[in-house]
Amino acid sequence: MDFGPYLMLATLEGAVTAAVLALTASGLALVFGVMRVVNVAHGEFFMLGAVLAWWVTNMLGGSAAFGFAVALIVVPVLVGFLAVVTDMTVLKRINYDPERTIVATIGILYIFQQVTLMTYGPDARPVVPPFNTRLALPWIEFVDGEISLYWPWGLSITSYKLAVIGAAALVLVGLWVLMTRSKLGLLMRATEQDRDMALAFGIPVERVYALVFGLGAAMAALAAVLIVPIQQAHYLMGHDPLLLSFIVVIIGGLGSFPGTILAALLIGLSDGVISVFFSPTLAKILATLLVALVLVFRPQGLFGARDT
Amino acid sequence: MTADMRKSLLLHGGVLLGLLALQYVLPAYHHGNLARVMVLASYAMGYNLLFGYTGLLSLGHALFFAAGLYGTGLAISQFGVSAGVALAVGVLFGTLVGIVIGALALRTEGVAFMIVTLMFAQAGYLTILYFGQYTRGDEGFVIALADRNISGWDLSDPSVRYFAAFIVFSAALLMCLTVVKSRFGKVLIAIRENEERARMLGYNVDRFKLAAIGLSASLAALSGAAYGVLFGYVGASFASVQYSILPLLWVLLGGAGTVLGPLVGTLFMFYLIDLSSGITTAYMLIAGVVLVFLTLFAPQGLMGELRRRAIRWLP
Repeated sequence: MDFGPYLMLATLEGAVTAAVLALTASGLALVFGVMRVVNVAHGEFFMLGAVLAWWVTNMLGGSAAFGFAVALIVVPVLVGFLAVVTDMTVLKRINYDPERTIVATIGILYIFQQVTLMTYGPDARPVVPPFNTRLALPWIEFVDGEISLYWPWGLSITSYKLAVIGAAALVLVGLWVLMTRSKLGLLMRATEQDRDMALAFGIPVERVYALVFGLGAAMAALAAVLIVPIQQAHYLMGHDPLLLSFIVVIIGGLGSFPGTILAALLIGLSDGVISVFFSPTLAKILATLLVALVLVFRPQGLFGARDT
Repeated sequence: MTADMRKSLLLHGGVLLGLLALQYVLPAYHHGNLARVMVLASYAMGYNLLFGYTGLLSLGHALFFAAGLYGTGLAISQFGVSAGVALAVGVLFGTLVGIVIGALALRTEGVAFMIVTLMFAQAGYLTILYFGQYTRGDEGFVIALADRNISGWDLSDPSVRYFAAFIVFSAALLMCLTVVKSRFGKVLIAIRENEERARMLGYNVDRFKLAAIGLSASLAALSGAAYGVLFGYVGASFASVQYSILPLLWVLLGGAGTVLGPLVGTLFMFYLIDLSSGITTAYMLIAGVVLVFLTLFAPQGLMGELRRRAIRWLP
């Protein structure tokens, strides 16, 4: 394959990564933005989403599309509910103290991960995609000064991957509408800006917190359901999304929604392209160091505004 | 105060004597375990200096432990130096890494400090994997039996190993006691309690914090280096996130800001995991449950609760 088609293929694959990453990371950013706590167990909600999607599709049997459609609705709700329970039993009781929350969510991470290991087992299991047509893509070439199209071998994408990108975009627009146009979003933003003042105005802050924590976890679970037909479900799969989400949220400016989306696109797309030129391990080392240094020297993120 | 000091000397002297005496009583399996616990407890004590006394929560201490471990291991396997020299190389290397990372990470505070240290440790872990040619990555490498002796003492021999672990542990314990009782230690505690006030009183808070990280990292590196030569295995898992979480867990369990807490926590957790791993492969579940319950119900840990309820003078 020539360089052009090759780059296009890497970009398309990167777009799928970016779409899923944007969903996961905006869940983390939402929780950080409104509640001012770092949820280290976020990756485990992602993992639970994938594993539960496998359970649901397997228990229902029937056609792949039907099982998947049910999983797409049921799994995020289940995971969100689990997160709400976690919030009310653990986080609320330690008063959302930032440092103790990190320690507690590390504990929760191990609990979810190890319970999954005990019940689901150490195997990686696939979920059948609901539809999976291979679409060959054309590329432009110049023959004797005239533009013509041809179909290079290997330049293709599946319809499912396109659907993932579309679905992620749809959900993100939905989240944005929820945050900016609805009453609920107003309550969340009020809580985010000033917790005590919100409380004084009669906003049920604790309920908003539980809801936001559940919503954040549901976003991660939804991302996992979308990706699980492409990537198998495994009890340790929460680690990479957590780290990447951290990176995205930090680069994007902690708690900034547009920044998070932009950073997810940047990281997701460049992840594919960088991996072509460097070894994946080196790419990860550079990305991790970059993020650490961004936090050290530019704590408001690359896209965040400096507040005084 | 002097009466308390005498009591404290008696207590810690007694613990050390007890550990020394146990060596002649314990069956082989627990004998080996206790040697391991003493080395790991030194790591936890280093962590405690930073977390328990200075109030800085690092999630990247595995980097310093691994720097000691790999500094020593690679010095032996790649450059063929003797175990004694390699041990010193490991400790120096770990301390240096600690000071450099500390200087960078201290520009942030609170949650950002935790994430930055986590990220640096993750980069360190990946670096070990990246240079798999020398480090053999995840699989790790074994330090040859012949290389594991210091001036004729064979460190792989169980009783020599126990003594060596005991020496490492005693050195760490004495260092912690001295630091905690010194003016330097009092300033660290002042920073933990109220950083702004300490700054206002004229202390150079940043320099004290950096010194605390350096000390803490040097103990972590000492523990890592000793682990390498005593148990002969150097692997990337020691640099993973789990080994940054474990000292936090040990210290929280035993009691942050108590000198003996890390030993109690390490011992307790070691046997808890040892027993449960006989029943299930998901033994880290125990660690998770303990962490959650500690943050919920006993943020002071075992020795912390003991100090609060009974023994007020516990350092």
